[in-house]
Amino acid sequence: MIIAKPKPIEEIIELVKDLKSVLVAGCDGCVTVCEAGGMKEAQVLASALRMYFRQQGKDARVDETSLTRQCDRPYIAQLDDQIEKYDAVVSLACGAGVQFLAERFSKKPIFPGVNTCFIGVTEQKGEWTERCQACGDCILATTGGICPIARCSKRMANGPCGGSSSGKCEISKETACGWHLIYERLKELGQLDRFERPNDPKNWATSRDGGPRKIIKEVSQV
Amino acid sequence: MSTNNSAKTPSKLQKIMDAGHFGVTSECGPPRGADGRIVEEKANLIGDYVDAINVTDNQTAVVRLCSLAACIRIKQMGFEPILQMVSRDRNRIGMQADILGAASFGIHNMLCLTGDHQSFGDHPTAVNVFDLDSTQLIQTVKMMRDEKKLLSGFEMKVAPEMFIGCAANPFADPFEIRVARLAKKIAAGAQFIQTQCIYNMDKFKLWMQQVVDRGLHEKAHIMAGLTPMKSLGMAKYMKNKVPGMDVPDSVIERLAGVPKDKQAEEGIKMCIEQIQELKEVEGVRGFHIMAIEWEEKVPEIVKGGGLYPRPKVD
Repeated sequence: MIIAKPKPIEEIIELVKDLKSVLVAGCDGCVTVCEAGGMKEAQVLASALRMYFRQQGKDARVDETSLTRQCDRPYIAQLDDQIEKYDAVVSLACGAGVQFLAERFSKKPIFPGVNTCFIGVTEQKGEWTERCQACGDCILATTGGICPIARCSKRMANGPCGGSSSGKCEISKETACGWHLIYERLKELGQLDRFERPNDPKNWATSRDGGPRKIIKEVSQV
Repeated sequence: MSTNNSAKTPSKLQKIMDAGHFGVTSECGPPRGADGRIVEEKANLIGDYVDAINVTDNQTAVVRLCSLAACIRIKQMGFEPILQMVSRDRNRIGMQADILGAASFGIHNMLCLTGDHQSFGDHPTAVNVFDLDSTQLIQTVKMMRDEKKLLSGFEMKVAPEMFIGCAANPFADPFEIRVARLAKKIAAGAQFIQTQCIYNMDKFKLWMQQVVDRGLHEKAHIMAGLTPMKSLGMAKYMKNKVPGMDVPDSVIERLAGVPKDKQAEEGIKMCIEQIQELKEVEGVRGFHIMAIEWEEKVPEIVKGGGLYPRPKVD
C-alpha cells in the first residue's frame, strides 16, 4: 500500500489559520491502514484545529469526514453537495487523492494533510517500510524477490557496493543492505549463478523518467 | 556485449602491466574551489614516480573541481591521468559525453565507480542519479570502445580507447561474495582493479587466493590499494568511521607504540613493508598508493618499495 505520514500540525495551521470553514477529509484506503489519514486521524486533526481556533478566539467551522477512496470519482462525488460550505479542504489522502479532489473542485483550495512517502508494508504495529518504487518494469523474478531499486540506497543493479558492512547499508546502521538480502535469498533458492551475471543498463522509461504515466487496460483476447 | 578483456589501448599503464612490470598509480584529489594550480602542484609531486594518476570524482560526495578538467590539466603536463567516474551525479547521457570529451584529449584510462552516497557529502539534500551502476558503466565504456557504439546503438566514427578499471573492496561484507562480485565486474569488461586500502593483510591474502583460484588474476590486473597512516588518530578514524575499511588492532598497536612525532614515519615504513610483502603475493600486478593529502610522501614510498625508476614503454 501507499504509506503516508501526517504533516506537523503547525504546518496545517499555517495553511488554514485565516479561513472560516474547513473540511478535513480522510480516506478509507491505504492511509487508514497506515494510520495517517483515515476517519480516526481526520477526527483528531479536526478537533486539534477546532481547539486552535478557539484558543485564538476565532469563530471557524471545522468538520471531518472520510471517503471510501479519494482516488475514484464516484467516491469523491459524495462531496459535491457539501463542498460549497467550506473555504478549503484538508485532504488526508495520498498525493493522488489530494490532486483528484483539486481537479474536481477547481475553485476550492485543497491542502495536503499528510506527506505521501512510499509503497510499503506493515512491519509491526506502527512501523512501515518501503518495498517498491513503481519503476514500471518488475525485476523481482531475477533478484530473489527483493527489489534492489527500492532496497539499495544506490538502486544498484549489480550490488552490493563496497560500503556494505555486517549486512547493513553504508548510509545507516538501521538500514539493511538490499544486496546482502538478495544474496542470502538467492543462496537459499540455489540461484547464486544469477549473482555473477551482469545486469544490463535498465530501461527507466517505464519509471518516472518517462514522464507522467498512464495505463489503458487492454481488452482480453482470451 | 563481448567478453574480451585483453583489448589493447594506448594506455601506458596497460602497456607496463601487460609487459609484466608492477604498475604504480597514485591519486590526486582536486580542490574544493577553482584553483587548477593545486592539481598541477599535486601532479608534479607524484608524476615521475607513478605510471598514471587517478583523479577522484567528487570523492565522498563533496563538490570539487571536476575530474575531467583536472585530468586534462594533468595530461597537458605530460603525465597520464586516470579519469575516475562515479555514476551518482550524471546519467548515461552525461557520462558518455564526458567519456568522449576525455578521449578527445587523449585520456586513455578510466576507473568506473558507483560512488559514495550523497548523504556523506556536502550536499546531502541533492538528488542522486544512479542511472547506471559501476558494473554497467564498465559495460558502457567497453561497448563504446570495442563496438564503437553508444548505449543507444549509435555508431561513432571515432571511438574512445579506454583501459577500463574498477574498484574492489576485499573487506566489505559479506566476504564470501567479494570475489564473485569481482568476477562480475571482470565479466563486464574490467581490465584493471584497484583495491580498497589494505591493512588486514591476512584477509587480503585470503581474498587474493580465491581470485587466483578462479583465474581472475589472468583476466585483469589486480593493483593493491595502500594508504599510509599519518597518525594514530587517522588509524582510529579509518577503523571506526570509514565504511568498508578493515584496520586490525595490530596496526593501531604498532602506531600507538611509537612517540607521536614518529607516527608518520612509522606509517610510511609500514606502507613500504606492505609493498615488499605484497610483491610476493601471487596475482598482485601493481600498487595504487592513495596518500590522502600527503602526496609528497609518494616518491619515498615508491622508492622504498623498490618500484623506482618506473619502466619506460613505447
